Amino acid sequence: MSEQFEPILVGFTCNWCSYRAADLAGTARVKYPPNIRLIRLMCSGRLDPAFVMKALAEGADGVLITGCHPGECHYLEQNYKALRRFLLLRRTLEQMGIEPGRIKLVWASAAEGVKLAHEINTMVEEVRAMGPLNWPKRWESNGFHATVKEQEQEVTA
Amino acid sequence: MSANGKPKFAMYWAASCGGCEIAVLNTGEKILDVDANFDVVFWPVAMDAKYKDVEAMPDKSILLTLFNGGIRNQENEAMAHLLRRKSQILVAFGSCACEGCIPGLANLSTTEQIFDAVYDSITTDNPQNYRPQYQTKVPEGDIHIPKFYPVLRTLDQVIDVDYYMPGCPPESHQIAEVIDLVIQVIHGQASLPPAGSVIGAGNSTVCDECPRQRNVKTIKGFQRIQDIAELDPDLCLLEQGIPCNGPATRSGCGALCPQAGAQCIGCYGPAEGVVDYGARLMSAFASVIDSNDPAEIEQILDQLPDPAGQFYRFNLAGSLLRAAKPVWKQ
Amino acid sequence: MTEHTNPEGKERIGVYVCHCGTNIAGMVDVEDVATWAARELADRGVVIARDYKFMCSSLGQELIEQDIKEEGLTRVVVAACSPHLHEATFRKACANAGLNPYLCELVSIREQVSWVHTDKVAATEKSKAVLSGGVERVIHHEPLEPLHVPIHPATLVVGGGIAGIQAAIEVADAGYPVYLVEREPSIGGHMSQFDKTFPTLDCSACILTPKMVTAGTHPHIKLFSYSEVTNVDGYVGNFTVTIRKKARHVNEELCTGCGICQEKCPKKVIDDVYEAGLGYRKAVYTPFPQAVPKFPVIDVPNCIYFQKGTCKACEKFCPTNAIDFQQEDEYVTVQVGNIILATGFDLFDPRVVSQYGYGRLANVFTSLEFERLTNAAGPTNGEIVLRDGVTKPTSVGILHCVGSRDRNYNNYCSVICCMQSLKFAHLVHERTGATVYNFYIDMRTAYKEYDEFYQRVLEEGTLFVRGKVAEVTDAARLPQEEGKLIIQVEDTLASVQRRIPVDMVVLSAAMVPRHDAHEVAQLFGISCSSNGWFIEKHPKLDPVATMTEGIFIAGCVQGPKDIPSSVAQGAAASARVLGRIQQGEIALEPVRATVDESKCSGCRICNNLCPYNAILFHEDRMVTEINPALCQGCGTCVAACPAGAISGTCFSNEQIFAQIEGLMRVNFQHEKLAEMA
Repeated sequence: MSEQFEPILVGFTCNWCSYRAADLAGTARVKYPPNIRLIRLMCSGRLDPAFVMKALAEGADGVLITGCHPGECHYLEQNYKALRRFLLLRRTLEQMGIEPGRIKLVWASAAEGVKLAHEINTMVEEVRAMGPLNWPKRWESNGFHATVKEQEQEVTA
Repeated sequence: MSANGKPKFAMYWAASCGGCEIAVLNTGEKILDVDANFDVVFWPVAMDAKYKDVEAMPDKSILLTLFNGGIRNQENEAMAHLLRRKSQILVAFGSCACEGCIPGLANLSTTEQIFDAVYDSITTDNPQNYRPQYQTKVPEGDIHIPKFYPVLRTLDQVIDVDYYMPGCPPESHQIAEVIDLVIQVIHGQASLPPAGSVIGAGNSTVCDECPRQRNVKTIKGFQRIQDIAELDPDLCLLEQGIPCNGPATRSGCGALCPQAGAQCIGCYGPAEGVVDYGARLMSAFASVIDSNDPAEIEQILDQLPDPAGQFYRFNLAGSLLRAAKPVWKQ
Repeated sequence: MTEHTNPEGKERIGVYVCHCGTNIAGMVDVEDVATWAARELADRGVVIARDYKFMCSSLGQELIEQDIKEEGLTRVVVAACSPHLHEATFRKACANAGLNPYLCELVSIREQVSWVHTDKVAATEKSKAVLSGGVERVIHHEPLEPLHVPIHPATLVVGGGIAGIQAAIEVADAGYPVYLVEREPSIGGHMSQFDKTFPTLDCSACILTPKMVTAGTHPHIKLFSYSEVTNVDGYVGNFTVTIRKKARHVNEELCTGCGICQEKCPKKVIDDVYEAGLGYRKAVYTPFPQAVPKFPVIDVPNCIYFQKGTCKACEKFCPTNAIDFQQEDEYVTVQVGNIILATGFDLFDPRVVSQYGYGRLANVFTSLEFERLTNAAGPTNGEIVLRDGVTKPTSVGILHCVGSRDRNYNNYCSVICCMQSLKFAHLVHERTGATVYNFYIDMRTAYKEYDEFYQRVLEEGTLFVRGKVAEVTDAARLPQEEGKLIIQVEDTLASVQRRIPVDMVVLSAAMVPRHDAHEVAQLFGISCSSNGWFIEKHPKLDPVATMTEGIFIAGCVQGPKDIPSSVAQGAAASARVLGRIQQGEIALEPVRATVDESKCSGCRICNNLCPYNAILFHEDRMVTEINPALCQGCGTCVAACPAGAISGTCFSNEQIFAQIEGLMRVNFQHEKLAEMA
């Protein structure tokens, strides 16, 4: 592995478009960096904001949400719901100090393997530039730590 | 068992406002049942006690401890560990202990910002600009105050919790029912729910108890309740554009706020099995926004000026992300 | 089926890492992935981890089956290709060994790893991450059974062009009822406008008319001409379709199709549809003499009676009193099990390619106009003449790829234009003896006897210029260009700019999706690409099915194609439908949402979210319910439910949370950072 920071992105894909775009990128041997790990959903409308938060809380440096182009949703219009959730989620995460660029919504049809690969490339570079997010999994004993210690120093007030 | 043969009871407050204790007292005559059935060994609000008295008790000697408040400082944490050791059943009592509650919103601010707000704001008279010192020399020697932690944690992020009782504060009738249950258990007339359960609350959400009329929902915009000239007394508040948290908030309170014409703000926390309360609510609100146009959606979202406050007023410390990035990065 | 259980209450997971020859093994250290899984994921329940050359081979499948039986596996994870390729294969292997097929998870380390990455170390690490995600996810899988839905034996065919006609006849011949809906007054589609068909040059009407008659008179086909589908409800096996029969103002019970009304009608109207604007029809008309059905329609906006209140010539002369000015649109509801969409194409409007002068220069024709010119039943009785209606051209230029293979308009190849242009060249030769130039980018004459036809046209003396025409103009520079249309083109074979004066220019315009393709796709709940062609389920292996169960596509609605391919697709779609009907029922993937009524508070957030109307609200109990047969499993309501009362099989919150945890367990980079810090 190279010495530079290698971000880890979690990507949520729609079974009908972007997951197939990823398949197509594979079949066509379009190259993109290995920094992204994809999760298949049936539709971008399945995307629960909690999935994004879970991914960030588990250590992802960014999250890429993908779905069918507006008007082309396999389930007719569910990608619009994903769009609305994404816009609201991004605002909330911004209040939590998470750079808006760490979560991205991209439309990619089943035919757009090249586009998907390009978007992954771009986002990996953007997140690399932002640096690690590294959300703590455990909070340390000074307030960042959830492990119970048997012999805790007791305080007399 | 105590000398008088009654099981021991304790109640403690960590980072909380004291509302939970008042709610317990607000159970009315039920409080006499507590006294009749328990030996109250430790309850700083109600009676004098010293921490060292608790330390002196044998482990697991307290049958029931109601612990309210989140873990904000070293003292809170130490007491949580101490009471855990001394108690057989420890209940995270009230929203602060369960999920951080209002004190948990401080997880959006760094320690410095919090201290600035407390010691150096327009409402503070602090001409010498005093700040807490963890260690102070006095003629008798060094004295310490407990360390203030950068992040507020919920009780179960620090110790194992047997039961959760949500609410800010838990409704007195719910407390009364729980007290009855525990007394029945003591007398062998009932058995305890499975460990980790939420007690003293419903399974569904506030809408279940809300008498307002509900229709298929679409939201064209959000408004603050005080900006509405005339509120429909019978119609669902969310359908009137008021960001009511009822759909995502656990039932049990009896939908008091919406019945009184105020939106639910979510103090009973998430419904059964929900991982992140704010995410549920965000997803629900966004799903029914009536627009497919990004610019228009943004305009509608502008009417929710404080999404983190709206969706995580009571749950930030217990949410998936728990604290804002500058807070844990400080 | 017996589920294996184990005393510890923990799942027993088998992990299988496929080499796929060198497809995966060339970029991923598959042995390392397998040993890693056996070691590091043991505490997650992995009891066996193997790597094998070809997991999808029968030996690979037997390996899984054997382990399920001998090792008592309760879950299987295969790291191989995309689940879209082999999920079914491995599920079947599990089922063979008595394990519920839905307890198997396939993770893609080929399409998503080995084929797209170039760093072997990173690719191996990512494979471990993806595998770990699959292992976590599979723990939360539940045994499921597919949903069985009965199939209604009737079929709806939308579009009465050759593809739709073929599909309708095939289904009807098998003895099942068909509703054939056509927007125009007659079936026949674009093919009815042609004179000759390539490459055999047989007469279009001669081969099409019998098919139209068969479709029109078939005892199992109910023809709705001059009708449109306005609403579709339901799901595979049981669609409820509403058809609007537009008012013909002619009583079909009484009309004999004698044609007197058309003769007597005083109002002439330019026929933009059938005659491509070159000819006239009456205000009461059948588009062409062989129309099926034979009943005319009254064109209300052009009818003198409807516009001015007097005339009624048709009514006066009709011998059977079939004219009915009071007739109104009629709505008919039918039940069908399957739907075949064959709504065809529109012709690209070459006006937008302004440099070719169509619409500005009189003697520039579209391909469809030229078809009408050559048609013996057309406006010129088959005479190839200029716009003035009399002058025969002495030279004709035919431009290929107008609006096709052009980034400014459509990137795709319209498939038929080369052969169609060759056919035009032949017809010009045969009928006028004029000099013919064909301007092409590439000559595409694939398929049986097509290239032979090209050779024939070459031998006939047609001149071929390889180059994309830059401009068609009437601005003469030389005396011999006066009064001519000059074609400016770079002859790329000779590397020279040429100006070629001709009398007539024919633009072989692109096939484009119907102008209302997006609305039609929405109506039927299928997807169309951004340019408007309907998307097939698989471009190679399932070209006539769509992603929506029970809806099939045939002909040019799916993309440009010629008559043989359209007919083949019509037949193929009907074969798919017949298979369904004969099975009597269909098994659907059990990806469904369900409501836990004890948690549902009746907040009604979800009520408006389902495009399939699968969400029902029970006013009396104040709870929501999801109809599993209508639900398509998108999961939007699952994600929206604020109470967490809705869960979705195959994609539950638990599964996805677990998968995220698994994916993120492997994080060597962050471990490295931690070490550095």
